[in-house]
Amino acid sequence: MSLPIVEVQGLIKRFGDFTAVDGISFEIRPGEIVGLLGPNGAGKTTTIQMLLGMITPTAGSIRMFGLDLAKHRETILSQVNFSSTYISMPYSLTVEENLRVVAKLYGLTDIPRRIDEVVKKLEMEESRGKLTRKLSSGQMTRLTLAKAILTDPKVLFLDEPTASLDPDIAHKIRHLLKDVRRSAGLSVLYTSHNMREMEEMSDRIIFLQRGKIVAQGTAQEITTRFGQSDLEEVFLKLAREK
Amino acid sequence: MKLHRIVALITRHLYLYKRSLARLMEIFYWPFLDLVVWGFITVYLMRFQGQMPGAVTFFLGALILWDVLFRAQQGITISFLEEIWARNLMNLFASPLKPSEFLAATMAMSVFKVMAVSIVMVVAALVFYSYNVFIIGLWLIPFVLNLIVSGWTIGVLTTSLIMRFGQEAEVLAWGMVFLFQPISCVFYPIEVLPNWLQAIAWANPAAHVFEGMRIVLNSATLPLMHLGWAVGLNLLYLTLMIGWFHHTFSVCKERGLLVRVGE
Repeated sequence: MSLPIVEVQGLIKRFGDFTAVDGISFEIRPGEIVGLLGPNGAGKTTTIQMLLGMITPTAGSIRMFGLDLAKHRETILSQVNFSSTYISMPYSLTVEENLRVVAKLYGLTDIPRRIDEVVKKLEMEESRGKLTRKLSSGQMTRLTLAKAILTDPKVLFLDEPTASLDPDIAHKIRHLLKDVRRSAGLSVLYTSHNMREMEEMSDRIIFLQRGKIVAQGTAQEITTRFGQSDLEEVFLKLAREK
Repeated sequence: MKLHRIVALITRHLYLYKRSLARLMEIFYWPFLDLVVWGFITVYLMRFQGQMPGAVTFFLGALILWDVLFRAQQGITISFLEEIWARNLMNLFASPLKPSEFLAATMAMSVFKVMAVSIVMVVAALVFYSYNVFIIGLWLIPFVLNLIVSGWTIGVLTTSLIMRFGQEAEVLAWGMVFLFQPISCVFYPIEVLPNWLQAIAWANPAAHVFEGMRIVLNSATLPLMHLGWAVGLNLLYLTLMIGWFHHTFSVCKERGLLVRVGE
């Protein structure tokens, strides 16, 4: 079995008296897609933000590619990227200009070819010269995904990546991610409130509740363990538990 | 530090200026209007040349040099605000970009702004009032460089405060620099200040620059002491402010403020 590409050990984040993430540990292996599931406020986004170095953990360790994130931030983050519904990109730049800036930021070579490839993959040829402020929310989501895969990351963190996409584009995005995973051995940590999508995409699911991992395994294992017919039933059961 | 990351950020800001009238106005329109208003005041004051020798040189020269400091500060703070307004901070700081590279890029942007604004003002002063700022001579170069560094120091201070206190502190981007104007003695000599305020003003590198400028214009002697103080104080303050910026950055990451700034 291959060594984990992401290793999280005893991760804790407290904001004053509030514990957002409470001692979670998990691993992601090369080429694995792991779903991070849980109700609002469960700690999913905080976890991803800690993995991206945007929030400093109160305790615990994050290792990627065998390196400690606290000590090797630059090396690690050059091989990682993310997309989130909660971020945007500079509105006054065109799609292409935004991608060019990201490419320069990550020190890519042959930038025009890389942009051509990504724009084509995400079917954004028509909006390539458009100002970002004129994009629809679906196009904006595709732009943040384009910036995420543009840099050829080895690990991708996706926070509700298909939340504002129509079913057709969301379906295409899921296929694209699976393709990239197959061809580039990409590892993905994924959050979504779409249970069907979670089941379809994830090799393994981590269920978070109030900052703790309450279940971990394949969708089948989790539904069986909680005696429910599908993941949505498990979600409802756990989310409504006091 | 990696040059390509600094270049990426500069490119991102230059794209903004390419098609934004509001941002271009910041470089051409406001400095030009400033100069026109102050120019006419100066023309009026020239009637009292007997009582105020060198009024034109003092006022227009001081105005142009003050704008150097102001735009240097704005170059840093507004570049940071642009990232907040575009909700782009996470794209930047979840990338390999280091805070020091971010600061270096904003400093480069501030030099770009200072150069653009200075060209506008120098040309306008020459065309409208036949005033040549270069009469200050070669001393202009160290004066301008010192004012740019003073602007950076105030810019880094303001940026740190906005990062720490969020949107509520945004107004500081335009207001903070004016807190330093009375003790920079831009338009009057330091001796007009009350004694207790003079002591504070002497700790301000910009006051040494403007005092030095007046010495050059009045007596054509070399204000080496003022220049030395300006350089020393600037280096000290900038080093302290960069250290404080890094500390604030760590505190913001610790408290989760970096992902919420601008909300």
